[in-house]
Amino acid sequence: MNWLALVSIVSAAVAVSFGAIGPALAEGRAVAAAMDAIARQPESANTISRTLFVGLAMIETMAIYCLVIALLLLFANPLLK
Amino acid sequence: MTSPLTSVVLFHLGPVPITEAVVATWVIMAALVAGSILITRSLSLVPSATQAALELVVDTVDGQIRDTMRVEPAPYRAFIGTLFAFIFVANWSTLIPSVEPPTAHLETDAALALLVFVAVIWFGIRAVGVRGYLATFASPNPIMIPLNFIESVTRTFSLLVRLFGNVMSGVFVIGIVLSLAGLLVPIPLMALDLLTGAVQAYIFAILAMVFIAGAVSTEQPTPDTSSQRTPT
Repeated sequence: MNWLALVSIVSAAVAVSFGAIGPALAEGRAVAAAMDAIARQPESANTISRTLFVGLAMIETMAIYCLVIALLLLFANPLLK
Repeated sequence: MTSPLTSVVLFHLGPVPITEAVVATWVIMAALVAGSILITRSLSLVPSATQAALELVVDTVDGQIRDTMRVEPAPYRAFIGTLFAFIFVANWSTLIPSVEPPTAHLETDAALALLVFVAVIWFGIRAVGVRGYLATFASPNPIMIPLNFIESVTRTFSLLVRLFGNVMSGVFVIGIVLSLAGLLVPIPLMALDLLTGAVQAYIFAILAMVFIAGAVSTEQPTPDTSSQRTPT
């Protein structure tokens, strides 16, 4: 195993782990805000939860990007070919 | 462990390699088309159980289009409904043993995202004309033209990576857990995977609606739609 493979594996782990921190905090904030809004206005729960789902998927995409980067590093690394 | 980025070639049709994902896609398409034809073949005013179920689905899609795009759903029902139905069935096809959802492969998602990209242009030009559609790129300010052009490409790309990443990560995680622990352990993860699949199908359809609405409804500014909307 050469240095490039080692660095690729480590950076894949770093990408996933640090890439999960931001979206996790953001999703927590978003859900908390939505809970607050639903508690204040239960009649608009439908609209709020629909917007919340779309927003959560948007936020989650950031973590998914990091996962895709990690998988690219592990399985389709152009430097290792 | 096999890479999630490669796809398994089942057989060759002449010079064209046919992968698992393509076969699964065509089976799902055939099932959807055959089911729709069978149910809508004998429509009646007093619906049977299956017709009522299909009407419920179509009505839900219509309601979502009306809520999200604030337009009449008729021109968009076919495209949005087909997108949702196909992605939903494709994501849930993981329920059948040894079937990998075709949306877990980059190529299927790229095709779907490309469809949305083309549909935005098509619906935009049909609604407001070529000049009107091109004018949407300068919509807040002409300075935004390069940014808007870049956005229309990057949002397609993010649509593709979002669907691919979510479905593929579900399949991948189940594979890893299955190789570590035995029989019953991956079942909660599979349930979570089903939820993710349904939500992602919904998200994909909603985002397609939002993108199309952005291209369609630029001519008439809608400042007072919130007051027209009936409270729910």
